Amino acid sequence: MSTHKLRRVFVWELPVRIYHWVNALAIVVLCITGYLIGKPPAIMFGGEAHERYLFGWIRFIHFVSAYIFLFNFVFRIYWGFVGNKYADWKNFIPTNRKYFREMWEVLRIDILQLKGKEHLSVGHNALAGFTYFMMFLMFLVQIITGFGLYAAMSHSWVAGMFAWAPYLFGGDFALRQIHHITMWLFILFAIIHIYLVFYHDYVEGRGEVSSMSGGWKFIEEEVFVEEPQTEKKPA
Amino acid sequence: MSLRPTRASYYEELRQRGYSRRDFLKFCATVAAYLGLEASGVSQVAHALETKPRIPVIWLHFQECTCCSESFIRSSHPIVADILLDKLSLDYTETLMAASGHQAEKCMRDTMEKYKGEYVLCIEGSVPTEADGVYCMIGGRTSLDILKEVAAGAKAVIAWGSCASNGCVQSAKPNPTGATPIHKLLGGTTVIKVPGCPPIGEVMAGVLVHIITFGTIPELDGIGRPKAFYSKRVHDTCYRRPFYDAGLFVERFDDENAQKGYCLYKVGCKGPLTYNACGVTKWNNGTSFPIQSGHGCFGCSEEGYWDAGGLYLRAQPFPGFGIESDADKIGTAAAIATGVGIAAHAVMTNIRKSRLIKNLVEEGKEAEKEL
Repeated sequence: MSTHKLRRVFVWELPVRIYHWVNALAIVVLCITGYLIGKPPAIMFGGEAHERYLFGWIRFIHFVSAYIFLFNFVFRIYWGFVGNKYADWKNFIPTNRKYFREMWEVLRIDILQLKGKEHLSVGHNALAGFTYFMMFLMFLVQIITGFGLYAAMSHSWVAGMFAWAPYLFGGDFALRQIHHITMWLFILFAIIHIYLVFYHDYVEGRGEVSSMSGGWKFIEEEVFVEEPQTEKKPA
Repeated sequence: MSLRPTRASYYEELRQRGYSRRDFLKFCATVAAYLGLEASGVSQVAHALETKPRIPVIWLHFQECTCCSESFIRSSHPIVADILLDKLSLDYTETLMAASGHQAEKCMRDTMEKYKGEYVLCIEGSVPTEADGVYCMIGGRTSLDILKEVAAGAKAVIAWGSCASNGCVQSAKPNPTGATPIHKLLGGTTVIKVPGCPPIGEVMAGVLVHIITFGTIPELDGIGRPKAFYSKRVHDTCYRRPFYDAGLFVERFDDENAQKGYCLYKVGCKGPLTYNACGVTKWNNGTSFPIQSGHGCFGCSEEGYWDAGGLYLRAQPFPGFGIESDADKIGTAAAIATGVGIAAHAVMTNIRKSRLIKNLVEEGKEAEKEL
C-alpha cells in the first residue's frame, strides 16, 4: 500500500463556481416551472379567477429564471476567454488529436471500465468537456426556442432579439415541441453529471465533489514530478 | 361577369345599388377599425373608396374547399360581399362568375392584358407539384402554369387561407399530390398570407380595403402575415385568459370546470401558439369563436397544424414513438433507463476498480490512525 502526499490545486475560480451554482439553480427552477407550464396540476378552487394568479406566478418565475440563465451563460462564454487554464474555451472544443485521444481513454477507463492505466485530468477531462460543449449547444437551443416563444408577449429587446425563431421553425408549435424535448435532455444530463461527480470523488479521492464549492482539488505530489500538467494556458 | 369599359369608383357602384351615404360611412368606419387605423383613417378609407376606380381582381381556385370564399361573402358587413366581391371586383373567379369555358378564360386573359401591373391576384388553395401537377388542372393547364403566368402581372398577390399560405390538409403527411403553398412557388414575389381555415371574413375584407385605400400592401410580419390581424396570439385576446393566469383549467370536456367556463388549455387549446384575430373580431357577425363555444382553438392558421399531433392534444406525440407518446412519457422512460444504467455502472465500478478503491480506503485509514 502506498501513501501519498497531496498538494492543494486551485482549479475552479470564484466566477466559475458562481456561474456553476447560478446555472444549476436556474436549470432546476426552469425545469420545475417549465414542467408545470406544460402539465399544470388540477386544482380545486371555489373562488373567482381574479382572486389568484398561480399560473401567472409560475410563468413569471420561469421567465425571470430564463433571463438569469441567459446572462449567466453569456458571462461564462466571456470567462472562457479570460479565465484560468481550466476555464478556457479549449477545454470544451476539440482542437487537436490529443483531445480525442483523451476522450477515448476516459470512455475506456471510466465509462466502459476496461482495465488499463488510470489517467488524470485535473480540470475537466476531455469527454466531460466535450459533453459540456454539447450542453452549451443545448443551452443555445433552449434559449432560442424559449425566448422565441416569449418574444410574442414581451416588449423586451432581449426577447425581441429572438423574434425570428418562430419563423425559422415554421411557428410556435414546433418551437414549443423542441423546447419541451430539450428540457428532458437537461434532466438526463443532470442525473448523469451528478452521478459522475460522485463517481470520480469515490475512485480518485481528490475532492471532486467539494471542488465546486472551495475551488480546490488535491493532487498527489508525484504528479507534479512525474507528469506535470504541461498544457499551459496559451499566452 | 364582364369587363366594364369605364371603371366606376366603389362609392358610385354602391350608390347605384341603393346604399345610402350613411351606410357607406358606417362601412368605412367598421373596416378602418378592423385595420386598426386611428380616427382620421376613416376619412382616408372613405376618400379612397369615393375617388379610386375599382381594382380588378383575379381570384384563382386551386386545391381548396371554397371555405375562404364562403367566409368572405359572409363577413359581417353586407357591403363587403356586395362591393368588394359580388358587384364589381372579380373579373375572374370560378365560384361566382357567370361566364364559363372559353369565355371565362378569355375574361381572365383580357384582365391580365388590360390591367397588367394593376390587378390584385387572390389565390385560394395550394398547388400540386407531384406528377407534373396533373392533380389540379383548369382549362387544360396545370395550376402551377396558371399561377406563374397570372402572378407575373399582378400588383399584389394574396394567399387566402391555410391552403395557399402553408398547405393545410392537402400538404399533411404523406402529401401525395405534393401540395405546395403559394410563396414557395413564387420566389421573389411578396405574398400576403392570410392563413386560417377559413380566414375571418372581416380580416380578408380588411386586407383588400387596405390595398385599395393606401395603394400598398399592408405591413407584414416575418412570414408574410398582415401585422394588423396576426401579431397577437388568440391566447392574448382570449376572454378566458384570467382562468389561465389563475391556474384554473378544464380537465375534460363537460366536467364541472368546463361548465364554469375555465381555461381550455389542458384539453388541447392551441390558443397560446396560434396567431389570429379570433378573440377580437370573432365570427358570424361577432357572435362567437371556438373558445367561446367551449371548444379549444386547434390552431387552424398555424403552419402544419394537421401534422402537429392530435387536434385535441396539447402535448404533441414524440416523433417516432407513436401517437400515445409525448415528450414527458419518453423523457420519464429515458430518466429511468439512465438510473438503471447508473446503478449498473456503480456496481461495476466497485467490482472492476476494487483494488483502486481499497487502496484509497486503506491509505485513508492509515492516515487517520497517525493523526
